[in-house]
Amino acid sequence: MAENVMRLHYTVSDTDFAVAGEASSSVKKVLKQLGVPGEIIRKVSIAMYECEINMVIHADGGEIDVEITPEKIRMIHKDRGPGIKDIETAMQEGYSTADENVRELGFGAGMGLPNMKRYTDEMNITTVIGEGTTVDMTVYVKNK
Amino acid sequence: MKLSDVKTVLSANVLACENLLENEVHSACGSDLLSDVLAFVKDQGLLLTGLVNSQVVRTAEMMDIKAIVFVRGKKPTDDIIELAEEYGIVVFTTELPLYKACGELYLTGLGK
Repeated sequence: MAENVMRLHYTVSDTDFAVAGEASSSVKKVLKQLGVPGEIIRKVSIAMYECEINMVIHADGGEIDVEITPEKIRMIHKDRGPGIKDIETAMQEGYSTADENVRELGFGAGMGLPNMKRYTDEMNITTVIGEGTTVDMTVYVKNK
Repeated sequence: MKLSDVKTVLSANVLACENLLENEVHSACGSDLLSDVLAFVKDQGLLLTGLVNSQVVRTAEMMDIKAIVFVRGKKPTDDIIELAEEYGIVVFTTELPLYKACGELYLTGLGK
């Protein structure tokens, strides 16, 4: 099915909180046009949105690559932020390192990574302290 | 419940998508924590919040929420209203605080 892949690329701006979510919104639109079921679209857009917010909050932005096939949607979020010290702790609901500014905006409650996990079928995090983090998530359109 | 009824119950003003007031909602949620909205809300038509920023609109869009109510007389800025217009999300403002606004809607049977 290699020829049946749609690839999208987005650059997430460094600290402009107001535009965070534009990439997710754009992917949502594309998936709608492709006729992907609503439930799948919601899972993809929420996971991607949370990740995009994280990239702005913690990592001064980054790059997102999205691969869409009839079987699955894969989202690879790559940043050059500080890295995650302890992934296991970061995955716990309620754990957050975000500062007060972020909390005032309605985020930073320690729900980002758990939400991404909740809404995706596969999620892998690769992180190197001082170099950056890659969050690779897949949502299956059809059951495997 | 029609969005026009939401407007009446909350004595609300409409700032975006006034043409969509005939749309119906069957449930609602009140929260100032967007991550909670993203985590726990399923098929909610209406979001009531005291938070005022563009991410409220983006969160609503991701969740297919049809209308946002900004409570306690908070006024969204023009860029927030424009974004809501772009996404087709109705924006209300009400003088009621969050608890009362949710309570009034709940009393009408919304989300029971």
